Amino acid sequence: MSKASRDAILGKLRGSAIRDGDEASARAAVKARIKTHARGTIPARSKLDRKGLMNLFAEQATAVDATVARVAAADDVPAAVADYLRGENLPTTLRMAPDPRLDDCSWDKAPMLDIAYGKAEPADQVTVTGAFAGIAETGTLMLISGPESPTTLNFLPDTHIVVLRASEMVGAYEDAWDRLRVTGRMPRNVNFITGPSRSGDIEQTLHLGAHGPRRLHVILVEDDG
Amino acid sequence: MSVHEPTSHNFPENARKALGNKTLQRGLASAKVGFRIRRSEAAARLPEFETLRDESRDIKNHTLAHIDLYLEEFEKRVVERGGHVHWAADAAEARETVLTICRAAGAKTVTKGKSMISEEMGLNAFLEENGIEPVETDLGEYIIQLRGETPSHIIAPAFHVLKEEVIETFREKHTHLNPDRVIEEARELQDEARQVLRERFLGADVGITGANFLIAETGSTVIVTNEGNGDLTQTLPRVHIVLASLEKIVPTLEDASTILRLLARSATGQEYSSYTTFSTGPRRGEDLDGPHEFHVVLLDNGRTDLIGTEMQDVLRCIRCGACMNHCPVYGAIGGHAYGWVYPGPIGAVLSPSLIGVEEAHHLPAASTFCGRCEAVCPMRIPLPKLMRHLREREFERGIPPATVRWGLAAWAWLARRPTIYHLAMRLPIRLMALLGGRKGRFRSLPLAGGWTSQRDLPAPQGPTFQAMWNARGGRREASK
Repeated sequence: MSKASRDAILGKLRGSAIRDGDEASARAAVKARIKTHARGTIPARSKLDRKGLMNLFAEQATAVDATVARVAAADDVPAAVADYLRGENLPTTLRMAPDPRLDDCSWDKAPMLDIAYGKAEPADQVTVTGAFAGIAETGTLMLISGPESPTTLNFLPDTHIVVLRASEMVGAYEDAWDRLRVTGRMPRNVNFITGPSRSGDIEQTLHLGAHGPRRLHVILVEDDG
Repeated sequence: MSVHEPTSHNFPENARKALGNKTLQRGLASAKVGFRIRRSEAAARLPEFETLRDESRDIKNHTLAHIDLYLEEFEKRVVERGGHVHWAADAAEARETVLTICRAAGAKTVTKGKSMISEEMGLNAFLEENGIEPVETDLGEYIIQLRGETPSHIIAPAFHVLKEEVIETFREKHTHLNPDRVIEEARELQDEARQVLRERFLGADVGITGANFLIAETGSTVIVTNEGNGDLTQTLPRVHIVLASLEKIVPTLEDASTILRLLARSATGQEYSSYTTFSTGPRRGEDLDGPHEFHVVLLDNGRTDLIGTEMQDVLRCIRCGACMNHCPVYGAIGGHAYGWVYPGPIGAVLSPSLIGVEEAHHLPAASTFCGRCEAVCPMRIPLPKLMRHLREREFERGIPPATVRWGLAAWAWLARRPTIYHLAMRLPIRLMALLGGRKGRFRSLPLAGGWTSQRDLPAPQGPTFQAMWNARGGRREASK
């Protein structure tokens, strides 16, 4: 059924005289466009140095109801997590991504945190993950799925804490795609996250925490050595 | 079949009812202004906005001119990564495809992210008839599913429902709710839905989402949401099915990124939606979560008939809803009056194209051609021009009643003869100015009941524009 429809649809499209020129050059044009994957106009707002990008990210993320804490080094992250949870009166039991990049944070410095690793379970209230990139243009986090970064951690809990390092900060989405291409893999999920979950579906008034996290807290590590 | 049959042929009656519906009018009045302000503020914050509109239009034009080749590329990439692509000529074939996948998965419950293609397919009713329970998870879609209604707006499906009505619906359908528990605020309703749907997400066998884009380069499908419901829908169950129409394809990740800069800004005035998710194939071997199966259903349903025709531009649409948010007709009657899946200006162009001019010919006629829709369309779709094409098609097929055809013919004859036209105008205008009296308006007027039943008709004030123009020497200026 599907095969017959496939041939019918493609046949009809080819019969529609949708382009000039011969078939070989059309195919070449398509191949070339994918190969070069040229960028469109990149908004000037994100053409900044590293420090400028960090500030722009923090400004944009805060504007969409994320909270941002800035720490000097990876070693300060556990205390920042504990401070945040205490300040929000949240449980100190958390589920962390089994991400080697989070290992150099010396978690034993924050003994009050009760840490389990793995994908998110329905009862998890708080999760902690790294990020593949931060996109300053709109204060957006880019997370990619993998054994070290299960997708459910980004969506199931009430509170999602993300550790983002200065070296992971870029200006535009396109910069982040270039970084992903370097890794040579396209994961099952690439999640762009801009602020916590929200809905305006009841009389167009916005409320946070529709189905995903009610709180999104970003810990920006200024110097990741 | 209990699929919602189109009622577009009944548009005049639908519109009359909508105008008299006080609840609907209240909702429309408060909601539409917010969308407009937020869009214009978001556009103003991005100096590159207009350039991005040009580039996005060009991306889609290029893609549509090579759509067969890009779809083949897309299919190849999906299969390479362990996914499946199912081509469906029409809604019936797409429904059967989804059912087959659900049956193979032994599915009892299916969670769903928001998808207009699913509405086009009439999927929910079909699944129910076949013993599979579909659960809408977008808050607005969930509300209208409980109420047995259809969406009245493409990005705010429960646009027409007031908070009090949501409270009533939850009280009636959520039988576990303690009658003593106070639920008054939208936030409390949202929390209630969150709790109920949490269980459904975790218990579903299959998750169905739509797609805002398909990426030829990587075989990815893209969804954009604010709630995160689409992500729970596609990550927790064993099987993920994506429903997409052919024209959602773009060549590369960069092309999608360019257009995504326009989508949220045009739709809700956000800089970026909370969640933009690219999904590529099923979970990888070492992944700890994600679906084991990944299926993409590619639906034609009349789109190939538009490619290569004067209507092709409509296929650039990214379903942001800006056209309906800015439309005076939509603003007066809401979405349901349009009688099929897509309301507003985009519906006035898509519906006659997809379900036929015979069914939907009223829709392109219900426009003042004020041009606001085209002015705000991020993809620069010339919606008024396309509506004009459809009006011509309607006329050619002899659909308008004889009185309309004769009236138009008489008008056309007159309009092509300026001297007679001016003579014919002068007398009635003087007469109306006289009869209009001191009030300067008419409560009712013979032959103009269509106008005066809803509002007063202003009486002409003084001479005609042409007469004034001539008196000021306009003719001389113009002939220079």
